[in-house]
This record gives sequence, C-alpha cells and structure tokens, in this order.
Amino acid sequence: MKRPYLLLRHRDIPDLNDLTVYRQNGGFEAFRKAVTSLQPQEVVEIVKASGLRGRGGAGFPTGLKWSFIDNKNWPHYVVANADESEPGTFKDREIMEGNPFQFLEGLMIASYAVQANVAYVYLRGEFWQLAHQLDRRIQQLHNAGLLGDRLFGTDYSLRIFTHLGAGAYICGEETALLESLEGKLGQPRLRPPFPPAVGLFGKPTIVNNVETLANVPLIIERGADWYRSFGTEKSPGVKIFCLSGRVNRPGNYELPLGTTFRELIFEHGKGILGGKQIKAIMAAGASSALIVADERALDTPMDYESVPALGAQLGSASIIVIDETVSMDWLIRKTIHFFQHESCGKCTPCREGTYWMKHIIDRIHRGQANQNDVELLYDVASQIRGKCLCALGEFSTEAVLSALERFPQDFAARVAQQEPAL
Amino acid sequence: MNHLREKYASEIEATLAKYPPDHKRAAAMPLLYLAQREYGYVTKQALIEISEILDVPPTEIGQLVGFYTLYYDEPGGKYRIQVCTDLPCALRGAEEFLEQLCENLGIQVGETTPDGLITVEKVMCLAGCDRAPLFQVQTAEGITYHENQSVESAMKLVRTWQSNP
Repeated sequence: MKRPYLLLRHRDIPDLNDLTVYRQNGGFEAFRKAVTSLQPQEVVEIVKASGLRGRGGAGFPTGLKWSFIDNKNWPHYVVANADESEPGTFKDREIMEGNPFQFLEGLMIASYAVQANVAYVYLRGEFWQLAHQLDRRIQQLHNAGLLGDRLFGTDYSLRIFTHLGAGAYICGEETALLESLEGKLGQPRLRPPFPPAVGLFGKPTIVNNVETLANVPLIIERGADWYRSFGTEKSPGVKIFCLSGRVNRPGNYELPLGTTFRELIFEHGKGILGGKQIKAIMAAGASSALIVADERALDTPMDYESVPALGAQLGSASIIVIDETVSMDWLIRKTIHFFQHESCGKCTPCREGTYWMKHIIDRIHRGQANQNDVELLYDVASQIRGKCLCALGEFSTEAVLSALERFPQDFAARVAQQEPAL
Repeated sequence: MNHLREKYASEIEATLAKYPPDHKRAAAMPLLYLAQREYGYVTKQALIEISEILDVPPTEIGQLVGFYTLYYDEPGGKYRIQVCTDLPCALRGAEEFLEQLCENLGIQVGETTPDGLITVEKVMCLAGCDRAPLFQVQTAEGITYHENQSVESAMKLVRTWQSNP
C-alpha cells in the first residue's frame, strides 16, 4: 500500500488549501495542543527529539536552532524563509499552494515555541500571487480566532505578515533575508552573532524554511518517535525531492530520507528522456558538485550523511539529472552565469571571482581558449573557496571544480577543437 | 505635495503597520511596488516620495532599485515576459523557446515591441523547473506564472493582449 503523504497531503485530500477542509482533517489541533497544554520549552524538546533538520539546504537541527533563542532580549521573531530560488528547487511553492495551512500552522507552533508574537513570511517577489493568497488565508485565521490576541483564552498572542522580496537569490541566505526584510540591500551579515541572538530589527530571530515548518504540526500531533520511524537514524523523516532535468517525469516526490538516487530517478522519474544514458547528478541544485552517475552513486541513499561520501551535498534535495548529451563546459557556463548574476557584491572573492570565472568560461565557449584557460578557471575557482562571507561564493565553485576534476575529457575535447586566441 | 502619500494614505498606513514603528524603513520594498503600480516604473519623483514617507535618504531607496531585479528605473512594455533559461529549464528546451519567442515577436531579448506592449527578458530560476519552458509576466499590477509553455501557447497569450491592449 502506498504511504500517505505527510507534507504534500493535498495530493491525498482534495481542497486541503481550504481552511474548513484543513480543520476537518485535524488542522490546528497541534497548534491548540501546544498553546494550551505544552510549555514552549516542551515544544522545543519534542522537535529536538524528532531529529528534524532544516530543509532549506543546510540541514541544521531545527529544535537545536530554536533552543539558541536569546531569552534575555525581547521581542522575538520567527521568519519563514519562502525565498525558494535555488535552480532546481520548487517544493516550497507546491506546499504553499496546495497545503498552505500546514505550513502556517508550523510557523505558528514555532512562534509559540520561542514566544514570538509576530512572525513574517518572506516570499521571493516572483511569488506575488502566492503572497496574496497567503494574505487572504492569514485573514481567515484571524477571523477563526486562530491568530490574534489571547489565543484559546491564554496569554499568548500572534500575528503573521507576509513580505515580498523583489528578485535576488541571495535573500535565501538567512542574514541577507533579514537585511532585505529591514528594507536594505540583501547582503549577508558577518556572523556571529547568529540570528537567534541578533536577528530581525536587532532582536532574537529564528529563520526556518517552509518545508521544515510544514513538518512541525505532525511532529507535535503524533510525537517524535513516530516521526523517527521515517528516514534514517541520522536523517529522520521525509523529504520532498525536486526532480528536474533530463528525466521523463520531473516533479516533486515526497520520500523518506535515505531513498536511493536510482529509485528516485528510474522508478519515480521513469528514467532518462529518450532512453539516453545518465551522465551526472546534481543533488543540491546549481550549488551542487557534479556526481558521476555510476552504479555506486545511483545506489547511494539520499540523506545528509551518504551524499557527502560522493563528494557532494544533499542541500535542498534538488536533483538535476544530466544525460550523456550534455557537455560539462556548457553546464558550468550556465551555473557560473547564474552565480555571477546573483553575487551580492559585498565580498571580493565572490564578486570578482564569479566575474572572472564568467569571462574564462565564455572564452572557452566562444572557441577562443586553450588548455591554459581551463587550468586558469580551476585556479580562480580554487581561490574563491573558503574565503567568502557566505555560502553563495562557495557554492559557485562546486559545479566548476567538480566538473573540471571529474569530467576533464569534456574540456579537453572543447579546447582541442579550438584555435588559440592571438 | 507627496502624490503617493496623498493617494494611497490608507494602504501606506496598513503597510507601515506590519513593521515596528521605529523600523519604518522595512516598508521600502512594498512602497517601491506601490510606486511601480502607480507610475509604471520607479521614477525619480517616486524615490523622493518614498524617502519622505520613510524618512530615509532617497539614494538609499534608489540603491534597492538597482539591487533587486523586479524594480525598474525606466519604462518598458506593458507586459514584461520573463523567461527562465537557468540550468534545469535549459535542459528542457528553454533557450530554444526564448529564441523562437523573440523571433515571433520580432525583437531581441531585452527589447520592447514597437507598440510598447511587450518586453522580453531572460531571468534566473523561477522555481518551476518541472514545468519548463515557463515564464512569468510582470505588469505594473503584479506577476503571473505561465508554465509548460510552447511558442504557440505563448503567442496565443500575446494575441489576447494585442486584441485588448
């Protein structure tokens, strides 16, 4: 029998994005339970025990993050990171469209757990329609007495506001997101201090991804042990894997952490377009190192521990499938252009490094390069590493270095066809 | 006189109410969207008006327009067709789609049709990689998504705009 969906429950239950239907299916009982019968610290402990890890990419333990909130400095804020912008990632959008109340309930429970009375949903500007839908749903929650003052007759009050970004990938980085929410350029802050100590408007703040928050109501309702019955020991729970690229059936697949690449790509995704051979896998969107898609890689479980053994990261689990028709010099030209465009310009290694990588790869692409340029590209990418203010600069080198190391023949073939520039 | 403040007093008040009173600057991005709705793009006058409403220097509002891609400091087509050609979409034919769309419209990427109706732009990932080719349409009013597109379906949409400009 097919396992019922936990996060993409709207695929099992029609009209789940209607408040009445959501409540008929147990909606907001977890929030009520938390506010009326659990201490905030108890909520944090349950989420800690569940082993839930952040689904935005970093995989940081969620309950632990909540426990870092500074209780000597008030007020507190919770911000939902709905800036979903990693190329290959499209899961938060489906949650917010299909199962929005489960996400909002998770945000509300997180707010109670750290005693925040105001929470924000920061959506990328492109999610303009979604933001307006969420505004209407937040108003419905007010009308239903689930948001507002003195909830369920307790002293706890909560309001939620949406805030639209305006087109900047970097705002998915949590401190850049907070800057943007404050009306500034979305540029990352120097850390420490981390947001749970100094966050939004200088106050202690928890930033959680949409998918992370959507897990929370189920954990409160059914318990940490139940949640741990899915996934692996160190990566418990289910995950939405975004499958894209050269597969027959791209889309979101909710599966236990630890499912193999082979199962995702060949069973759920129905294999490679046109019956071609698979060549490489990017597991964390454009920020990924390229995994050589050999038998060992295909049999690797997709969890936070196993993917690093392949010299890559699981990240947001945005699986981009590359087939034999794709040349790696073309591929990294796409990722380099992306990161060069999205570099916020604050730190030199990323701003200058992505700019120069772009020039070199364009030269290779135009047919005006030789093997020295390929080595220069490797050199520039290597020098960016470990020197950037945030992960963006670091990520910009992942595909470049791994492509050059693991698929050198693609570059050798490319420059061999070319006349050296004068 | 401050046109935005006069015309949209209650909307501006509601926006400011979302943020702490001593952090009015947080309303800068929503107000830039408001300005774009009113003027079609962010005019110099709009920067001054927002700066007065928020008590922030106009240059600090102006830099947001340069940093964020959905704000414009010059007019464009009434409809901005923004096609994603990032890696996952490019693996599913988005670059060819964009090229053919431009051919059909008789313009290059970044240009506006002579009637001022349509601008075509190439944008970064729109979080719809499983439904490529896709684009969003940005107008002064807002943004809508159009997924699983073909040149035929896109041109059909264009014709509805042309017949009802």
